[in-house]
Amino acid sequence: MSQDVLAKLIDVASQHFKVDRTTLTPETDFFKELGINSFQALSLLSEIEKKFSIEIPDYELQGVNTFNQLAEVISSRIG
Amino acid sequence: MIKVSRNDKICTWTLSAKPCNEIGLDLTKAFEKEIAALKSNLPKVLVVNSAIEGGFCAGANLRELYQEMLKKDKEVATEELRRFLDRIHKIMNTLDTLPCATIGVVHGVCFGGGFELALTLDVLVAESSARFCFPELRLGLIPGFGGIPRLNREVGNAVIRDLLLTGRSLNAKKAHDLGLVSQVVADGRGIDIAMKMAHQMQRIDAHVVARSKAFMKPLPLLELDREKQQFIEMFQSPSVIEGLKKFIENEGIRPYLA
Repeated sequence: MSQDVLAKLIDVASQHFKVDRTTLTPETDFFKELGINSFQALSLLSEIEKKFSIEIPDYELQGVNTFNQLAEVISSRIG
Repeated sequence: MIKVSRNDKICTWTLSAKPCNEIGLDLTKAFEKEIAALKSNLPKVLVVNSAIEGGFCAGANLRELYQEMLKKDKEVATEELRRFLDRIHKIMNTLDTLPCATIGVVHGVCFGGGFELALTLDVLVAESSARFCFPELRLGLIPGFGGIPRLNREVGNAVIRDLLLTGRSLNAKKAHDLGLVSQVVADGRGIDIAMKMAHQMQRIDAHVVARSKAFMKPLPLLELDREKQQFIEMFQSPSVIEGLKKFIENEGIRPYLA
């Protein structure tokens, strides 16, 4: 997995949820630590798809809780 | 439930039922009331949007549906479900065939019955946050408000199978690429852009709109009836009640994620 993807993902999430970038780490559990609900998770998914110009079917997010895991999914979708 | 604003030619319905415009008995009544008002004084354009932050509409009110089913014996519950579906289909079919132009402004969640509602409208403007999904199969059902025949009218069957058999959601761009959505716009800009579109549409003669719309957008009545019947038959399965129970009792943060 590219570190660039991970860094860009954390940038996107910090801007999307308006949280300090320095508080987010690759192991941050965005459901628990950011307290986001499923509507907000879907809006983050839309933002990620837009920013990375990819499409991620929802079912690929099963069991994905951390930025590290999400960056893996994104990396596998980048051509 | 539905805030209405109108001038002579353009009527706007803003869906405002918390948590996310779930379609149950109350919203059904509100639709019936507003449709009657609309038909008695037809505008040239109807614009439908949502004031709810989470999205356009999260679908049928499953909690209400489940609780109503539990209260009654199977035969009575099935008959009530059929009557409810008849009302919903009447609403959807009326919206679909209104002899004036209709525009939907979609943001955030547009799932299940919400997607079915959006598919009745002539033109969809999607804000970039919009996501479209039919999660019904995960509950052991098919869409019951006319979703499959209306989706079939817009896109190829391979797309329908992908959407329904996985229950995945589509973003606004993908929906645009597939031809489901006419325009994708920035978040928060949908209503302004829809109003500009409505101002353009209202310049066209009302009879021309009514005749050409009836030709461009025929109602797939036979398929709609078949879908309704299929839904009612599938609803009798114990696995559906189990699926609904699981969905409703899910206090997790991911009920809308596949």
